[in-house]
Amino acid sequence: MAEIAIRNVEKSYGKTAVLHGVDLQIANGEFLVILGPSGCGKSTLLRMIAGLEGITQGEIAIDGRVVNALEPRERGCAMVFQNYALYPHMTVAENIGYALKVAGLPKAERDRRVAEIAQIVGLEAFLARRPSELSGGQRQRVAMGRAMIREPKVFLFDEPLSNLDAKLRVQMRLEIRRLHQRLQATSVFVTHDQIEAMSLADRIVVMNQGRIEQAGPPRLLYAEPATRFVAAFLGAPAMNLLPATMIAKNRARMTDGTEISLDPERFAAEIGQAVEIGIRPEDVMIVWPGSEGAHQVEVEFTEDMGSSRLIHTRLGATEFTVLQPTAQIEAEGALHITLPEDAIHLFDAGTGRRLAGKATLIGLRASAAA
Amino acid sequence: MAHATGRPFLEEEGRSLLLPVLVWIALVTVLPLVALASAALSIEGAPGLGPLVGEWMRPGTLRAVGNSLVTSGGAMLLSLVIGGGAAMIIGIARIPGRRLFALLFTLSMLIAPHVVALAFKTMLGPASPVLQALGLAPPPGSPNPLVSLGGIVLVLGLHHAPIVMLTLLAGFRQVPHHLVEAAQMDGARVWRICRDILFPLLAGHWLAAGLLAFVAAFGNFGIPALLGLPINILTLPTLIYRELTSFGPSVLTGVAGLALLTMLIAGIILLLAGRLQNRDASLSDAEAPLRAFWKPGPAGTLALITLGATLLLIALVLPVLSLLAASLVPSYGVPLTRDTLTWQAFGEVLLRQQATREAFLNSFRLAGLAALLLGLLSIPFAFAMLRYGGRMRPALLLLVDLPYALPGIVVAIAMILVFLKPLPIAGISLYATPWIILLAYLVRFMPLALKPTLATMAMLSPSIEEAGALCGARAGRRLVDLVAPALAPAMGAGILMIFLMAFTELTVSALLWSAGSRTIGVVMYGLEEAGQTTEASAIGIATIAVVSLAMLLIDRLAPLLPPGAVPWKPVEDG
Repeated sequence: MAEIAIRNVEKSYGKTAVLHGVDLQIANGEFLVILGPSGCGKSTLLRMIAGLEGITQGEIAIDGRVVNALEPRERGCAMVFQNYALYPHMTVAENIGYALKVAGLPKAERDRRVAEIAQIVGLEAFLARRPSELSGGQRQRVAMGRAMIREPKVFLFDEPLSNLDAKLRVQMRLEIRRLHQRLQATSVFVTHDQIEAMSLADRIVVMNQGRIEQAGPPRLLYAEPATRFVAAFLGAPAMNLLPATMIAKNRARMTDGTEISLDPERFAAEIGQAVEIGIRPEDVMIVWPGSEGAHQVEVEFTEDMGSSRLIHTRLGATEFTVLQPTAQIEAEGALHITLPEDAIHLFDAGTGRRLAGKATLIGLRASAAA
Repeated sequence: MAHATGRPFLEEEGRSLLLPVLVWIALVTVLPLVALASAALSIEGAPGLGPLVGEWMRPGTLRAVGNSLVTSGGAMLLSLVIGGGAAMIIGIARIPGRRLFALLFTLSMLIAPHVVALAFKTMLGPASPVLQALGLAPPPGSPNPLVSLGGIVLVLGLHHAPIVMLTLLAGFRQVPHHLVEAAQMDGARVWRICRDILFPLLAGHWLAAGLLAFVAAFGNFGIPALLGLPINILTLPTLIYRELTSFGPSVLTGVAGLALLTMLIAGIILLLAGRLQNRDASLSDAEAPLRAFWKPGPAGTLALITLGATLLLIALVLPVLSLLAASLVPSYGVPLTRDTLTWQAFGEVLLRQQATREAFLNSFRLAGLAALLLGLLSIPFAFAMLRYGGRMRPALLLLVDLPYALPGIVVAIAMILVFLKPLPIAGISLYATPWIILLAYLVRFMPLALKPTLATMAMLSPSIEEAGALCGARAGRRLVDLVAPALAPAMGAGILMIFLMAFTELTVSALLWSAGSRTIGVVMYGLEEAGQTTEASAIGIATIAVVSLAMLLIDRLAPLLPPGAVPWKPVEDG
């Protein structure tokens, strides 16, 4: 078990910079998930912790010891690879026990430890098989067993579930969580799947274009996204983002002329500032026509998701989605909605930064022109 | 279009394009082999195994077989050590100049064997400028130490070491890089990774590389012809050559028996090599191939660079410089000084002597024509074989590859057997005309044209052609509009490759030349046999210049080709 300190770490290949000064502290025993789209630098950061990529600038320390110049084998990390990277010419037992063999442990000791690990990951019956004779889920378990056997200080996971089908992915996700509860080892898990991130993480780090956008517990990132990017990336269906301009201290006008009133006490926006108003589809309230503050949107089509229904509409010129519990009546033609004031997020359209806590919705009305 | 067969549309429509491939294989591979076998089985006029076995059991044959096995076996071991070592270092170590090394080392293999043999002979003989400079030269008039069984082994082993290197580097491209990283995470050091991961994963490639080097040495003509024939050390190819040139077509059936024996031994080993190579696991699409993962320290880097430079010095630089030195003196044996330096030999062979000028022209025409024809054929052939081959595909690939994989002397004998008699309808014999050499080149070098086009074709996504088919393009149209442009760079590489091999080759034309159709190889060998080493060396240098030029042009094309299409590209830098 160990804590990891990443200090102002940069990475570039020739002139192409892929990481621009990343700072991150990972606590002892923490399960940290690095989340981001492909190409954001998350895998590179993980591989730099492992020692598989050089560090261009800055330093990484594990348990207070700077590891920049150390070989992978000297860092005490174990890694589960995206394609498992099982040795195809070795049996399951040999795959799991290879690290101990390299370390020079006697065979009897190795066999005992391999049997122990095989039992934890549920592979006792498959020890004599080759990787080619295993299913995807079993290969995943071998990869995890191989990582566990060295009792590493740090577990690194490089999108380990992305090659599994949806059902198996959910199952392995639970097993990884269970394993972490049992071992309590510091774990860094890289993924582009936000559901995976939300369900596994003690803390999520959202990365974008080589920078950290926000780090925090899943609930906090969901409730108070620090940037428009985090707001849009976390949550499915994605948050609605409506471009608008502040026309008064307490009023924003959307691109089609629709206006929305905001409590000036709660929003630090300047007059004339370009903003984006965010609201999650599940926070939108469907109301009866004529209800107070109700606004009419045009329904384009609906997607039935089983437990809920996703209604695609237009609010002025902008696409706008509403999540509706299926028990409610079916929407057709027009729909009346309100935007609850405590569910609104406000972002600066230029920088994408969060502007304030929560907006209070005063009213929404169509402009005279519309 | 009815879909009665259940084959995908792309493998159905336009199937008739496969017909020319089948005809080609029947005429070019199957017919000559049948002719060879039937001649070998009727040595005394009537069909029978007895005379064939009798021919094989003659003391002269057995001695040649023994010499062939000893020289090829020894050369194989040498090639494995040198080529295997080179491949390991290039494959795993990040050292500056890796690509240059691979390029130059491969160049040493592309120089014709008889030129290489002559170069080594000049390097280690009594007149050697290298040995003279070191004060180690044997006294003038003493025999050349390289003209011996050991000399043949040494030169064959060095000459074919690049085959081992290239085979192993192709194997490295099939190893997922993640396995090395997993082993690094498991705590393994460089040597441990090589021993526990790379060696076992590439076991088949190691064995195959050895066998390929063995077959190459076994079928080689130029090296034992220069280093063994003068002192009566005969291998199977040189025995065949001597029988035929001493006694003429009257001994043709007996020689066919020897050629059949050569072919059988080489064929069995080749099949085994193919099996072994395919046994190793191959890379899936989602995995990145092995990159050099080891950065040696400054001392290690220096040591490895020195090692590589020494190898290049011995295998390429010193022999070529010796050859150059031998070509720049008035006559062989005269030491090269500022006073003795003369371009006279080059003037003789390039400008004055009718025979050599004619030979350059012959080789240029024959090699150029063969290269162009084969290049043009290679595109529809590659297309038809991959799209319409179906279950026959592996057999087609094997058959089409055979004439280049088998020893050249076998191809030459088979060509004589097929074309000695007048052609069925025309009533004229092609034997003793330049056309038989052209035909032999077409037969022998087709695989060189197909290798890059097939590799590129295999990378081409069928969905492009499917999209074309949905737009209404028929097979011929898809071939011309969609496939051919993608294969054009590969065709260019194939044309250049064939030109450089055919321009300098000796093995085939040594048996097929006639008064007006001498090739450069034949003339150069004749000059060397007649003791005119200086002129022969000048021709050797001139051919090396042409080969280097062609190779540089191919290297320019390399970025347009898929990995593996150009043989000497080592694993990518990482």
